[in-house]
Amino acid sequence: MSVTLKDVEHIATLARLSFSDEEKRQFTDQLNTILSYIDQLNTLDTSSVAPLAQVIDTENVLRNDVVVPGLPTERALANAPARTEEFFKVPKVIGEK
Amino acid sequence: MPWNPAYEPVIGLEVHAQLKTVSKAFCGCSTRFGDNPNSNVCPVCLGMPGVLPVLNRQVVEFTLLMGLATHCSIRPRSSFARKNYFYPDLPKGYQISQFDEPICSKGWVEFEMHDGTRRRVGITRIHMEEDAGKSIHDLDIDSLVDLNRCGVPLIEIVSEPDLRTPAEASRYLQTIRQIVTYLGICDGNMEEGSLRCDANVSVRKVGAEEFGTKTEVKNMNSFRFVERAIEFEINRQIEVLESGGRVVQETMLWDSAQGVALPMRSKEEAHDYRYFPEPDLVPVVVDEPWIAGARSSLPEFPEVRRDRYVASFRLPKYDADILTAEKPLADYFELVVSGLSKQNDETVKLASNWTMTEVLRVVNEKRVALSELPVTPKRLASMINLIVNGTISGKIAKEVFEEMMAANEDPEVVVKRKGLVQISDTVAIELTIDEILAANPAEVEKYRAGKQQVFGFFVGEVMKRMKGKANPKMVNEVLKKKLER
Repeated sequence: MSVTLKDVEHIATLARLSFSDEEKRQFTDQLNTILSYIDQLNTLDTSSVAPLAQVIDTENVLRNDVVVPGLPTERALANAPARTEEFFKVPKVIGEK
Repeated sequence: MPWNPAYEPVIGLEVHAQLKTVSKAFCGCSTRFGDNPNSNVCPVCLGMPGVLPVLNRQVVEFTLLMGLATHCSIRPRSSFARKNYFYPDLPKGYQISQFDEPICSKGWVEFEMHDGTRRRVGITRIHMEEDAGKSIHDLDIDSLVDLNRCGVPLIEIVSEPDLRTPAEASRYLQTIRQIVTYLGICDGNMEEGSLRCDANVSVRKVGAEEFGTKTEVKNMNSFRFVERAIEFEINRQIEVLESGGRVVQETMLWDSAQGVALPMRSKEEAHDYRYFPEPDLVPVVVDEPWIAGARSSLPEFPEVRRDRYVASFRLPKYDADILTAEKPLADYFELVVSGLSKQNDETVKLASNWTMTEVLRVVNEKRVALSELPVTPKRLASMINLIVNGTISGKIAKEVFEEMMAANEDPEVVVKRKGLVQISDTVAIELTIDEILAANPAEVEKYRAGKQQVFGFFVGEVMKRMKGKANPKMVNEVLKKKLER
């Protein structure tokens, strides 16, 4: 499996990142190096192995529906680059997600 | 505006219902609506590094109830996935949702259209997920973000593309709302956003097998807007096709002020969520005993309840429909009935009338919850008992009802305080009638000459003289007797 320059541009758009042409080429090469390393796994026959999403063999880790105090607003906002009153302030995003 | 009959609309709805848990889906923060911004947040829902979400058991319970109520099959082992996108109200950069292994799938709901025809609509899937925060865009340069809602549990209910008209879509949505509120898993409030709905809409030539290209219509926050927005979109698509164009798959935003659906800017719409299994959450395994427990706690559903009202209370279907439309009202009505000292067709119908007219009127006028009404079911029942035993007339009862509302008092107290006891004293009524007949000889002659309408005049005069407190039944009887002598 490999990625193209177009894939890198697409992923960058999704991540709201912008790169120079030089960087895009560099990331395409780097990502392809990583992918070809991972590709070694494809030499194994996994046809009889079920896909694994969890490495621990546990299920139903649940909590009861009880309110536990979280962070005071001031602490929650402590690392915010910008705020207005008790809100996080971010550059305006137009349109819906 | 109805659409060109050469085309058939195909509609599917995606409904998001906020679950009525007290804490969030994956952390212990409160879910309360309307609290100060960013006051119900913690490292988990703020997306801080190194935290671990833990699923709220109640979320599974509630989703199971919905799945069973809509005849879904329950997946014995379901899992969570990450839906990745960047938006300021989603601090983690992904929403925890379910993707290829939703907990419920392949169900259906049934409902009745206004003309009495029944429709069955398939449910593709119901899955658990978390809500995002809230952004406020109304400011000049910046957007403000409140993360209190971030992590509040939702279920998404996806229908099959089985709906064919905007009216059907609206009825379907009402049915879903009725089910979630009957189950008590969601408050069903569309204005506050506890129930939200997106529609997938396409059109095809009547008789065609294949679906047309669909668009997704968002931002419809009332039943009326759902109908109007879908109808608008149907007409827009037909116009595009009729003028030789083709429908583009895109997301439309309903603008209720202008009454139009406009395409969302496609640049904003990067529909590539790169789902992958959520490594922080272990699978949810629902075994038979758990399902059986949930099944046994399902409530009596509206249609069953309605049929019971018709069969055992002998109420007209019209009454039964209104009374059972919302669970709190049906519960209220049944409490009124159980408070009646004499239960028969007549008294139950009285209870139905008072609940449907006066109770619903004040609830709508004052916008209060039934549970906060000064006229409790017990008080309304006592008031009806006073009517039935002749203490007050139906007319006086209206005044008693208003006083109970205003003064928050028992009906007996109101009647005593305001001296509203009905006069059922034969002698007093006869004396008053004698006086009135003597004072109006010409009218008496008219009546005796066959002019029946004059009867109402006499009743009015008696009531006026007796300040509306005379027992109307007795007044009628005595008047008739005296006039026809």
